[in-house]
This record gives sequence, structure tokens and C-alpha cells, in this order.
Amino acid sequence: MPIVYPHKTAMPCRNPEERRRNWDEVAEGYTVERAIAEARRCLSCQDPVCELGCPVNVPIREFVHCIAVGDFEGAARAIRRRNLLPAICGRVCPVEHQCEARCALAPHQDPVGIGRLERFAADWVREHGDNGETAAPHLWREQKVAIVGSGPAGLTVASDLAQQGYPVSIFEALHAFGGVLRYGIPQYRLPKEIVDEDVEHLKALGVEFVRDVIIGKTVTIDQLIEEFCYEAVFVGTGAGSPIFMNIPGESLKGVYSANEFLTRVNLMHAYLFPEYDTPIRRPRRAAVIGAGDTAMDGARCAVRLGAEEVHIVYRRSEKEKGARAEDFERAREEGVIFDWLTLPQRLLGNEDRWVSGLECIRTELGEPDESGRRRPLPVAGSEFAIEADLVVIALGTNPNPLVPKSTYGLEVDSHGCIVADPETGATSREGVYAGGDIVTGAATVILAMGAGRKAATAIHEYLQHQLVDKGAMRAELS
Amino acid sequence: MDTNARIVEKQDLTEITKLFVVHAPLVARNAGPGQFVILRVSETGERIPISLADFDRDAGTVTIVVQEVGRTSALVNALGVGEEFLDFAGPLGVAVSLPDHGHAVLIGGGFGTGALFPLARELRRRGVRVSSIVGARTHALVVLSELLSTESDDLYVCTDDGSTGYHGFVTGCLEELLDAGMGFTSCFAVGPMPMMRAVAKTTYELGLPTMVSLDPLMIDGTGLCGGCRVTVGGKSLFACVDGPFFDAHQVDFDEADDRLMAYKEQETVACAAAGLRR
Repeated sequence: MPIVYPHKTAMPCRNPEERRRNWDEVAEGYTVERAIAEARRCLSCQDPVCELGCPVNVPIREFVHCIAVGDFEGAARAIRRRNLLPAICGRVCPVEHQCEARCALAPHQDPVGIGRLERFAADWVREHGDNGETAAPHLWREQKVAIVGSGPAGLTVASDLAQQGYPVSIFEALHAFGGVLRYGIPQYRLPKEIVDEDVEHLKALGVEFVRDVIIGKTVTIDQLIEEFCYEAVFVGTGAGSPIFMNIPGESLKGVYSANEFLTRVNLMHAYLFPEYDTPIRRPRRAAVIGAGDTAMDGARCAVRLGAEEVHIVYRRSEKEKGARAEDFERAREEGVIFDWLTLPQRLLGNEDRWVSGLECIRTELGEPDESGRRRPLPVAGSEFAIEADLVVIALGTNPNPLVPKSTYGLEVDSHGCIVADPETGATSREGVYAGGDIVTGAATVILAMGAGRKAATAIHEYLQHQLVDKGAMRAELS
Repeated sequence: MDTNARIVEKQDLTEITKLFVVHAPLVARNAGPGQFVILRVSETGERIPISLADFDRDAGTVTIVVQEVGRTSALVNALGVGEEFLDFAGPLGVAVSLPDHGHAVLIGGGFGTGALFPLARELRRRGVRVSSIVGARTHALVVLSELLSTESDDLYVCTDDGSTGYHGFVTGCLEELLDAGMGFTSCFAVGPMPMMRAVAKTTYELGLPTMVSLDPLMIDGTGLCGGCRVTVGGKSLFACVDGPFFDAHQVDFDEADDRLMAYKEQETVACAAAGLRR
């Protein structure tokens, strides 16, 4: 009988006062001792249901066991069989809703810290190297595959297909690779060096990375197929288009979409201005509208940009918030103030048209709406103002229409999402596959990777069929 | 796929205004009139949008005109023939919708004149008569009028100080031409915000349909950030994917003008840090 500890082994974190003023990674990761202690909590269930909770089916029982016996290379290799981006997923996966939610320990005590252990194994190999790592595969096949977007879905498809021997090209609109991992998730939560390493790893596999190409503008999908001779295309362009509230005052200076705010900070390094050229408003009192992961990112970036006070303003209650538990907790530790049941009605400006605050109304929760969450209803006469010299609107995103608009015969739904088979990623266009946020609307890194994994399998099958068909045609002709 | 963008020709139009012909076949192949590129010149640099002043699909080149207004444009203008842009992405925005009959008047202010050239060429190809008005503060700052004249049926130069051509603003010249019986059926204006605003005011009163090219601050240029939002006809639109050309009579110029100024203080800091005097 293993000794069972009721609590997850704690992960050392830098203290909130220190991290409020710098961008270093907040969670420091497990030490070897802590990792082994945590791994030993695993019951090694006969039927590891945790693995069913993982969108890419990481062999959790196996890798946790490897850590428990001190074989960290083995753990990393086991994870990498199913997940090429473990250092990223170990940091950003919403594990409490996925693998850890299914952990057999969970009903009675804390689940095994699967996310933390995944990160530990990935970081251990990043630091110490892996001697047993297999050599880069030979890209011996002739059928070329184009991948649109270098976010988590695209990176997964690229790695899976390169390992099958396909020459793969990834096209990225921006000047740096990684998609949301690059422009969206901040440095203190996901150091960009990790994204760089994963991209380098794929380059070493032979994947071609092409930046500054906006598919749908520079080159269309039809041109990729007809002129550049790609035999299959995967579209992983994400949910890029920010949603505004359509309330008065949104055009005031100092009002940002979360995408703009985070892109300035993360992609453009505006927090290092003037060492970097891209500027950003340095807030004194910031307000972030919304309570999802992106809102937490926005609020914690505002803290680090020097704001004395940062508010999260959300029209529902704490219970309905979309953010991961860990990020919510970290934001609170860093002093973020949560104004629940608060609906902004307009943004206020000063005489120079800089934002100066939000006019809000209190809400109460009524019957559940179509999202299943209780609908917020304004309470008459409860108007009040919040002072803010910087406002970030983090209410989600719509799919970027550039690819659907420019691609002949690509079916989209009423939200503008590409219609794709959930099992294969196949779209209404033969040879064109899609996955990630462009199909589902804004979701998570790991779900996008799961969709990429399925699409890569389907693309391989499709290309095999094409070969057989061509062979049959040739045989008939001769 | 080759995304390199190498400078093959550079012209000094004025002390602070340079024209670059850039070998960028991927950008040239799908380019249309009214579109722009986003470029970057240093690893720590900004992404800035620049209008296409010409494109030649066969030669694989595009032309841009850059006026030094801040740190990044100063870095661009210091580049020479043979050098490459660090990033050069496009064509972005939608090609402006052009008429296929009638008489168009194109109005260019300062280096904005460059962006009108592809419109003039396409309008003439469609059989539209093209009259052009080019304005600047003084004679030495009149740029690109010869280029635009090659695709114009007639061209008028205006200077604020009267050192050449019509003495006064482009709007004064436009009014005179209309009074003289020029039956313009459409108008396209590119230049500084106050000029476009004045043109919009003049043509609104005359009921002359007018499009202007807005150049708000941008980051990605693909509809991701929404920083370039402009209010047009009461609706918030993104200049990078819905524009850059918009119906001048619907544009909220006050707001567009104001949003351009958001980082004025920081620009001074950035220029000082780079040893540039502003």
C-alpha cells in the first residue's frame, strides 16, 4: 500500500510583491524531490481514466511512474510520444477540467499534480538534454503539406506529419512564430524561450517556417494548391478578431482590446519601451472587462506595467468566471480587485479624449441563458462609476475571416467558424482541413492540439488515398 | 517560399521623403490599388503600415514612399539599395472599389500622392477619365507629380505659398475646377488628415462621392488587434481589413485624428533614445 498524502505537493512560486514588478516566470516548477514525492501519490490505476481526460491522450500513468522511479528522460519521452509541446502544456493546460478532474484520488483528496509533473519532465529534459532522443526523420515523401498559422494546432500538425516523412511548410502572418503562445500568453506564465525552443525543435525535424505570409492576402489557399503544389492544407488560423462591446467610449485613447494590449506587451515587448520601439500606455488604475484566461492575463500585465490598482469587471459572479483556477488565484495574490456582478454601460473620457473611467450598473443573476450560465440582469438605479486610465476589453474573439473570405467553397457557420468534421478536421473543400479556434471558436491550447492531432492523421490517410488513386490512374492509362 | 524584400532602387524625393522600389515578388503577385504593406526594420522595432505606390507583378517589385516622421521611418529611410527589410508583409487591406466610367478626380497631399498612382492606372485602364490635383506646402515639397501625370489626363499642382502652380489649398483648386465645369463623378484623396477632412467637407456639400485612405496606428495589420479601429457611418471598422479606403463623408475625422496622437509623448522619447531630434 503506498502512503497517500491528501494534498498536492506545492510548487514553489515567487512571492506576489516581487512578481508584481517584473516579468519573470511566477511558478518556479518542482524540484526533483518534490516531483518524486508528487509522482508517488499516483495510484497507478489499472484503468487510467485521467488519460481519457487528455485531448491528446498523453500516457499519464506511464510518465508519472517514470518520474516516481527517477527516470525523468523516460517520462519526457513518454509524453513526447503524444505531445510535442509538453513544456507549454505543462504550464497552460486547464488541467483541473481535464486529466486531473478524472484522477481517482480526486473525490477524496487533491488529484495528482499531472500538469506540474508534465512541466517538470519537460523542463528536466530542456535543462539536461535527452541522450536517447531519436534522430530527425527523413522527409522522404513527395506530397507537400501547407499549414496556415503557427499556433498550437499548426505546430502539432507539422510535427505529426514531419514525423511521417511529409515535407511541411508553416505559414505565419506575423514576424514571430507560435500564434497565441507568442502574442497572447505573457512571459511570466510562459517564457517565450520555451516557444522558441519548440519551434527550433520542429525546424530540426525539417519543418519549413515561413513568416510574413498572410494566407488569404499574400497567397490564397487556392494558389497554395494550384500554383505552389501543396497537396493538402491545414487551416489553424485561430480566433483572431477581437469582440468589442459596442458601448459609447470604446474609441477613447487608452482603451484596448485584450488582443491589442497583449500583442503590444508580448509580441512587441512594449513593456521594455524605449529599448523596444512599440509603446503602450502605463496605467495608474486599470480596468479589465471580462473574467476568462485572457482577462487574467490582461490584469496581471497591467499590474506589471506599474498600475497601482487593477480591477476585473465582470457582469456575472465569481462562479461563472472562465479563467483557470490557478491564474485566478495568482491574479488575486497580485492584488487584482474583482468587481463581480458589474456591467459596464459606457466608457468615460477626459477633455483630451483619454479614457478616465467606466460607468457601470450592478447586476443580479436570473435564469440560465443559452450558455447554461445564469443570465445577468441589470439592477435599476444601481449605476456607479469606476475610475480607470486604461481599459482592456477581454470579452473573447471571433474567427479571423481572412481565410474563409478568400477561399472558394470553404463552408463557414453563422459565427464565421470553418465547418469541419470533429473527428478528421475535413472541410467542405477536398484536401483542406481545419482545427483549433478557427473551427470551435476561442478555446484552449490543448484542444487546438487535439484537433491538430486528428487532422494530421486524416491528412495522412487522405494523401495515401491520393497516391493509390494516382497509381490506379497511371496503371489504367498505360 | 521566398519572403525576402530587397531594395533595388532608392530615390530622394525630398530631404525626408524617400522612394523605394523593393523586390518582393510574393507581395507584388496579388497586390491591388489601395493596398499596403507592414514592415519592420529592426529586431526591437515597430511594425508600421506603408501604402503601395506601385506594383509590377512581372518584375516582382513594389514601390513605397516613406516620409520621416518618427523613429521607425527614420530607420527605413536610412536603408540603401541592396539592403533588405527585416519583415515586409502584404499586400494588406482590401483593394479600393473603383468605378468603370465617368470622370475621377484624384487629390494627393505631400507623399500621399504616391498611393494614388495605382488607382490612376487602374481607372484609366477601365476607361475612366482621370484629373489629378497634387498639393504641398511649397515647390520643393511637391513630390511624385510627374509619376502621377503619366496616368492622368490632366494634373494640377497647388502650393500653400504659391511658389508653383495654383496658390492655395487643394480644396480651392478643386472648387475652381468644378466652377469651370469639370464634371467629376468620383473623388479619391490621400494625404494628411486635415487635407482629407477638408476635401471631404468640400465634396460633401457638392454631393461628390469621395473615398479617403486612412492610416491609423496598426500592429498586426490582419484584423487581430483592433488598434486601427475607425468610426465610419457610426460603425466601428478596422482600417487594416475593412479599409484602408473609406467613404469620406462617413468618416469620424475628429476621432481618427485624435487616435493617431495617442503615443505622441512616447514617440518623442523613442526618437530621443535613438538620438534623433524631433
